[in-house]
Amino acid sequence: MASSTIAVTPTSFILNKKDLGFSAFSTRSGFSIVKCRRTIFKKICSVMAPQQSERKPSTTGSVKTGMTMTEKILARASEKTQLIPGENVWVNIDVLMTHDVCGPGSIGIFKKEFGENAKVWDREKIVIIPDHYIFTSDERANRNVDILRDFCMEQNIKYFYDIKDLGNFKANPDYKGVCHIALAQEGHCRPGEVLLGTDSHTCTAGAFGQFATGIGNTDAGFVLGAGKLLLKVPPTLRFVMDGEMPDYLLAKDLILQIIGEISVSGATYKSMEFVGSTVESLTMEERMTLCNMVVEAGGKNGVVPADSTTYKYLEDKTSVAYEPVYSDEQARFLSEYRFDVSKLEPLVAKPHSPDNRALARECKDVKIDRVYIGSCTGGKTEDFMAAAKVFLASGKKVKVPTFLVPATQKVWMDLYGLQVPGSGGKTCSQIFEEAGCDTPASPSCGACLGGPKDTYARMNEPMVCVSTTNRNFPGRMGHREGQIYLASPYTAAASALTGYVTDPREFLQ
Amino acid sequence: MAASLSCSSNPTFTRVTVSPRSSLSPTVPHFLKFLATTPSHPFRPLTAGSRSSSFSFAAPRASAAAADDDKSSSTSTSFHGICYVVGDNIDTDQIIPAEYLTLVPSKPEEYEKLGSYALIGLPDSYTTRFVEPNETKTKYSIVIGGYNFGCGSSREHAPVALGAAGVAAVVAESYARIFFRNSVATGEVYPLESEGRICEECKTGDTVTIELGESRLINHTTGKEYRLKPIGDAGPVIEAGGIFDYARKTGMIPTISA
Repeated sequence: MASSTIAVTPTSFILNKKDLGFSAFSTRSGFSIVKCRRTIFKKICSVMAPQQSERKPSTTGSVKTGMTMTEKILARASEKTQLIPGENVWVNIDVLMTHDVCGPGSIGIFKKEFGENAKVWDREKIVIIPDHYIFTSDERANRNVDILRDFCMEQNIKYFYDIKDLGNFKANPDYKGVCHIALAQEGHCRPGEVLLGTDSHTCTAGAFGQFATGIGNTDAGFVLGAGKLLLKVPPTLRFVMDGEMPDYLLAKDLILQIIGEISVSGATYKSMEFVGSTVESLTMEERMTLCNMVVEAGGKNGVVPADSTTYKYLEDKTSVAYEPVYSDEQARFLSEYRFDVSKLEPLVAKPHSPDNRALARECKDVKIDRVYIGSCTGGKTEDFMAAAKVFLASGKKVKVPTFLVPATQKVWMDLYGLQVPGSGGKTCSQIFEEAGCDTPASPSCGACLGGPKDTYARMNEPMVCVSTTNRNFPGRMGHREGQIYLASPYTAAASALTGYVTDPREFLQ
Repeated sequence: MAASLSCSSNPTFTRVTVSPRSSLSPTVPHFLKFLATTPSHPFRPLTAGSRSSSFSFAAPRASAAAADDDKSSSTSTSFHGICYVVGDNIDTDQIIPAEYLTLVPSKPEEYEKLGSYALIGLPDSYTTRFVEPNETKTKYSIVIGGYNFGCGSSREHAPVALGAAGVAAVVAESYARIFFRNSVATGEVYPLESEGRICEECKTGDTVTIELGESRLINHTTGKEYRLKPIGDAGPVIEAGGIFDYARKTGMIPTISA
């Protein structure tokens, strides 16, 4: 019924595929074919072979049901040929990520349940990234990073992005910053894989065409020891975004539009798949923004099909073989939403819910006290480039304190190293300085989630803030009565220049 | 909701297919189905004969093992106490604000402390405090909420804080996925779903009883009764004390030799 509302011609599964006989998974470009061929004989071989034979019309007839990307990824990871939404399956995990807030608790559960001397299931598949409460004098927060370090030493964890010198992050070459961005930059996000993390924004990695979702400490403790987890296969909502993206919009506007449409629980237990010509035109960082806020609609995971943009991003980041998958044409979607992106306008989410959508221009009378640009959602290199573009176009100074928190050390270096196009050779940091912003801070999750009282840019007073972060629930950035307007980096920068919530078209046109 | 769908602030949105919300969505998220052979249906009608249906599959193993479980017995679990009532979209920052996340739930003394901060992030419009200052426990053993309870972060500190404060069960219209999962995985609280908006009919301080086997909530203060959705296969897991304890009890994983 609902699941079969997509009109697709009921052709046999394999006949309408151009790459007939090569792979059961539909591929989008010549590039991906090369990738598949390169990787197919490697680790995936044993799982792939039965699937291909299963899918021959002669063996399955016409009853074979198509699968979505998410279903396929989970099917492969659970060594099954077919899965339907609602099934509970034991899924083999490719990467488990944890950080300083949930790592110590997960480690505690691992030790309690598997024994003090237990070994983790795979020291190369665990990525530990201190990022939440780093630049604080809070003793317990500092102790939590020590717990991570001790555990990584004891277990010989391969990927631990440590920080010891809190006074100067640059003295810590291993330190990265916000885990979701670091995972991508360090090559831990790969198409077709399963990534679990003890953080709800782990779904960010869906931008790479993988299954990625957040879990709690107990589940993470289980994965640490067992390398697998019982997961329920989610049904998929498909979001088709077509049309040329106007130059005043960013992916943040798209996801705020979607959350405003389906509400903060509209995708609960569900997967969100983003397709369409607009999505194909987005950079990896913009796709990450899109998938990052899937959890704000209650979603279990978000996915963007891997394509040449994905492969290009991954080129110099990972040597691990990967195998992208794509939704079948006959795949069943719970529902499909279509957007003409060319007609959208810059948006904000008003306090105190990410689905409290409004046009930025409708809020032009909202006086603000500060602007915050940072976090996994809005603290990537391109987010700062976007903000710099607005400052550059205006040539004016900010009217409210404007805080900049690069997500990672790499982003921080980009702010000081990359030239902003059309600026005559200026870097973001120079433009920010000229505009009167605060100096870019040490990379971390910062004040996105409040944190200890001494966290940089934390809202300790009941103020009004325009922020490029992901949540605006009461107390999210510190003070319970603080008001947070979620917005794109364009809108945040424009608002900083006027002191009111401002549509970026005032400066970009 | 209806309102948000009808007054779209951008005119370009079109929803191609509108499916009934419940068509495939698991209104009873019984995702922790460990025994594949269990035939129990989550929507089995509550006839007298099916009273204990949600526990039936586990009873042969779990009931004997649970005999010394002081929290409950498998067939007639009930919770009695006074309730604390909250609204919709109570997110994890309101349940346990981020500044307290430095507390590690697996450390007993920090577990206690987490309890003392449960629901401290609620706005000032909540005039009654959930946990009194300088107390570690709440006097409210049942929390009643609206829809999407526990949305936001994946922090397991949220169900842990409620459990550590002394909450036995949360009754809400619906849950965010990770909160529900964490509640079951830790066995800290029963995340029960109501069939209607109980949060609008109960008041903080009302005396209530939850009959788990009958999936029923009785408000003794108002004299009203409400149906709850059966907890299903998640029930025995919570009763056992979480997934690890359940898996050991049922022989899925070996018991660690002391």
